[in-house]
Parts: sequence; structure tokens; C-alpha cells
Amino acid sequence: MRPVPAMATAALLLAMLPGHAGEIPPDARRSGTSFMAAETRAIQDDDSANPGMLWALDGDELWRRKVGASGQSCADCHGDARDSMTGVASRYPAFDRETGQPVNLEQRINLERERHQQAPLLAYESHDLLALEALVARQSRGLPIASGTDPELAPFVARGRELFTRRQGQLNLSCANCHDDNWDKHLAGSAVTQGHPTGYPLYRLEWQTLGSLQRRLRGCIFGVRAQPYEFGTPELVELELYLMTRAAGMAMEAPAVRP
Amino acid sequence: MAALINVPPKAKRGDIIEIKTLMSHIMETGYRHTADGAVVPRDIITSFACRYNGSEIFRAELFPAIAANPFLSFFPIAADSGTFDFEWTGDNGFSATATAKITVE
Repeated sequence: MRPVPAMATAALLLAMLPGHAGEIPPDARRSGTSFMAAETRAIQDDDSANPGMLWALDGDELWRRKVGASGQSCADCHGDARDSMTGVASRYPAFDRETGQPVNLEQRINLERERHQQAPLLAYESHDLLALEALVARQSRGLPIASGTDPELAPFVARGRELFTRRQGQLNLSCANCHDDNWDKHLAGSAVTQGHPTGYPLYRLEWQTLGSLQRRLRGCIFGVRAQPYEFGTPELVELELYLMTRAAGMAMEAPAVRP
Repeated sequence: MAALINVPPKAKRGDIIEIKTLMSHIMETGYRHTADGAVVPRDIITSFACRYNGSEIFRAELFPAIAANPFLSFFPIAADSGTFDFEWTGDNGFSATATAKITVE
């Protein structure tokens, strides 16, 4: 029975060969939406069926609520989010000159609360932070992703790319092993996908709630049996930043729906 | 509690219309445990009803297997102009209402 294990080994080696070695050419990029079942797409495309819109609705109320020692609401400075927040989420994470670091949208919302409203910070993945994020991200729907154009961000993008391609965890896999090389395959029945963050914050049917890109990244890192970075750590922001530059020009879909 | 209601603003008399409702709710099943073993108590919507100009046209009972943020759609016949009243009730005294108007020509 010697040939059988040999054949099995050959089949295994073949299965591990990368389908598409290297980076995905710009015109071959596909949003996660294109991998979804028609039923899931229908939920995403209908604002009265997309549960992410519940958060955007709550976010609209929070936007106009006066908070903190300043007694100011977001709207007191920024006016109607529908006008002032157009094209904001599509260029985050962005460079914060005061700290000299890139910040993502959640961190920007909390920095505004700290610096201008003198209000308590909102916890990562809390309802209120996701609601405000959903409201802001909603205003970029359909606009092309434009993060990482600030030259100050170049070293951070490079570090994010380094993390994307670094093998890690007990499974010794990098993000690129799946999302650059094997995106057209399946993992336990689910599409691997190219990993473009077009729709965050998004409603995952698996989560039964809205979640941030960092929550998704932590899930993936846990999946390769590595130790996930804490929310808001520079590593996750840099990875987020690299993913957004990798998806530059693709249309924003937030709040999207994913299986 | 946030709710999203989609009722067509206008319809022809006798038309079958689609009403879509989405209610924000965690729908905690009561079967889950925390990391230290304590049961997470059940917290679900148990009932939904829709009244059209005062008379009930649709009612649903909801159970623990129904996903968070329940989405319900149904297809009444547009009979008269007026109001749809929606009501969700559930555990821990949960109660939410919404209304929508329709013009029937």
C-alpha cells in the first residue's frame, strides 16, 4: 500500500501550491460582496433590510446629543453628517499630526470626544462607538477608497504590508497566504475572499451584530492561532491602513452585510 | 429602540403591497453561558403585531431560535388610505411601537 500515502502527499502538496502567487492586480480585485449568496446581497442592498442601518440610525441621534464638559454635540461643529462627513471614512486611517501616528475612524471619534467635547471615551466595539462610526461611514457609500495618500503615512503603510506578509501563529500563515494567493478557494465551505475592507463597520450574520475591521482582523489572527493584538494597537491600525491602500479606488459599501 | 419600517407611501386600491420591518434587539436565547458558567438570561421579542386602520392584519410569535434584529415582511392588500401601527413586545417588559402612513388611490 505504499503508493497511496505517496499520492496523498502529492495531492496535499498540490493543494498547498498558491493559486495566484503575489499581489492581486488592480483590475482583478473583488469586493467581499461578489463572493456572497444572492440572498445576503439582497439584505445588504436594501436599506430597510440591512441591520447595519439600525446603527446608523442610532448614530444620527448620538451625533446630535450634547456630551461632555463642553456641552457640545458633534453636530454643533460639523453640522449635518450627511453633508459634512461625505468622503471622510473612505480616507481613514488618516495621519494625526498631534500624535504623529495614523488613527482609524474609531480613534478619530474618540480623539474628537477627548479634545473638543471633553467627553468620556467610548469603548471599542461598544454600541455607541459603532453607531457613530456607521453614521460616518454611511456617508462614504459608493465613493472610492482613498486612504494612505498622505506621504506621512508611507512608513506606516510599509509596516502594515510587512505584517500582512509575515507568517505568524501555530499555523504559520500570513494574511497574504490566503488573501493574495488563495482567495478563490474555500475554507470549510466559506469563500476565502481577497480581504478588501470595503464595508466596515459591517453587520456579520455570524456575529449577529455590527463590528469593526479590527474585530475581523483579530478573528483572522486568532484563526491562524496567533495572539491577537489588542484593539487600537499600532500594529492593527497599520494593518488596517495597508488593507485600505490595497483596496484604493474600490467603492465603499458601509455598513455592509457579510455572512 | 431603533426600528426600520418600509411601507410604500402610495398604492392602488386592491394592490398587494410588501411591508418590511426591522427591529433592533439582541434576541438572547437563554441557552448561552458566560465564561464563568452563569446562564445568560433569555431576552427576546415574543410577539409582533400590525394593525391597519385599527384592525389587526398580521401577528407573529417569536422564539429563541430567531436571529438578532428580527426582520419580518408580509403582504397585505391596500384597501384604504390610513395608518399601519406596529408593535413589538418581549421579555423584561420590552415594548416598542412604530407607525407608517399609506395613501391608497
